[in-house]
Amino acid sequence: MIVVGEKINTSRKSIAEAVEKRDVDFIVKVAQAQVDAGATYIDVNAGTLLEEEIDALCWLVQTVQGAIDIPLSLDSPNPAALAEAIKLHNGEPMINSISLEKDRLDALLPIVTLQPCAVVALCMAETSMPTTTEERVEVGSELIDKLTDSGVMLEKIYVDPLVQPVSVDTNMGVATLGAIDQIMGKYVGVNTICGLSNISYGLPERKLINRNFLALAIAHGLNSAILDPTDNLIMATMYTVEMLMGKDEYCGNYIDAYEKGIISKQ
Amino acid sequence: MSDYEALMEAVLKGDIKTAVAETQKAIDAKDNARGVLDNGLIPAMDEMGDRFSKGAAFVPQMLRAAKTMQECVKLLQPLFAEGDVKSKGKVLIGTVKGDLHDIGKNLVAMMMEGAGFTIIDIGVDVAPDKFLEKVKETNPDIVGMSALLSTTMPAMPETIEALKAAGLRDKVKIMIGGAPVTEKYATQIEADSYASDAGSAVAKAKGLLGIS
Repeated sequence: MIVVGEKINTSRKSIAEAVEKRDVDFIVKVAQAQVDAGATYIDVNAGTLLEEEIDALCWLVQTVQGAIDIPLSLDSPNPAALAEAIKLHNGEPMINSISLEKDRLDALLPIVTLQPCAVVALCMAETSMPTTTEERVEVGSELIDKLTDSGVMLEKIYVDPLVQPVSVDTNMGVATLGAIDQIMGKYVGVNTICGLSNISYGLPERKLINRNFLALAIAHGLNSAILDPTDNLIMATMYTVEMLMGKDEYCGNYIDAYEKGIISKQ
Repeated sequence: MSDYEALMEAVLKGDIKTAVAETQKAIDAKDNARGVLDNGLIPAMDEMGDRFSKGAAFVPQMLRAAKTMQECVKLLQPLFAEGDVKSKGKVLIGTVKGDLHDIGKNLVAMMMEGAGFTIIDIGVDVAPDKFLEKVKETNPDIVGMSALLSTTMPAMPETIEALKAAGLRDKVKIMIGGAPVTEKYATQIEADSYASDAGSAVAKAKGLLGIS
């Protein structure tokens, strides 16, 4: 499982303050804690800072990578911010994200094909948001085809099936799970990735819902997730389900997690 | 005037069967249709909005209550006399240019409708020109703009500018909302109000129009 640590996001108050003060120690600490907890990538998102986003995102890239040797997930709906941040990034970043929305696609396609990087392909159509499994698979397929036609390897593509709240439409969970299933089956070698928190919008005890959704998504083939790796409960769920799905040889990761105290009496 | 407590409770529970039966009972007892709406259904939705704002009710309960109210209104509709139902105000609502997210906007529209406002929902990816055109065409009291992406928020001040340029800014109240939107941003772009959720949007809209 590829874990993208989600905590460095200026929509969180403590992060916004740290970014504003350019507090290197705080940001590095949050990044390091996620790395220690098993993150493969560290997500950096400064979207809420609006006009200051580009400067802040660039600072975050230099700050985290200045202290820790780990690839980052550069997270913004703004292609200009991604274009600047990628220039400062060492190694192969994850670009989060490209979609079929025309401005985003046109601006990002040349960027993601210029250098080796992982690309999150968000299943957002040009003029609408998909609701059914079929619509998600259609948009996902079109994105995959466009990316591979431009020279991006399938293994570098992470399709995000666009998780939407089950509170608004109780079919939304099933629609997303079906899309993961079909996309993983149709394009062998491609990755699927989810942010989890959208699923639980509008309901109480959101973490409970997020955890169970992660379990179902892994069972449907999800191999990457954007989450808080310092949350032991969600990580315990992840290790357990991966093991149960036959993806953990000799149950090694599960036992490691137990020995590290991540999995304890629940 | 009869007591609509049972009707209100059924709407809050989203119990369509009971709510419809209570509405029918009121109709059979010759209550006027407007009274059922104003003293039963709308207060029930107001209460739901309050509960939601306080975290005491959740999105599916809100959807269910709204659906229940709609079923009751269907029974009342044929009984409304001309001019019987006085709208609390006309609200033009849409998600701004470049943004396709509609869940928040739809919840706000639904709760406002439940509270007795007339809603004109112009959908998603609405350019400033389109807002302007619709303001001219429909003459709303309030213009509501929604954005879920930080990148599309600047379309809010652009729309306000377009209204100013056309001399229409003072004819409408402007409300904004959406996950990245804040009270501070509303002040900065000189919108009239910001609402953080569908329940408080109703209260803010009433405040803007000076109604209780």
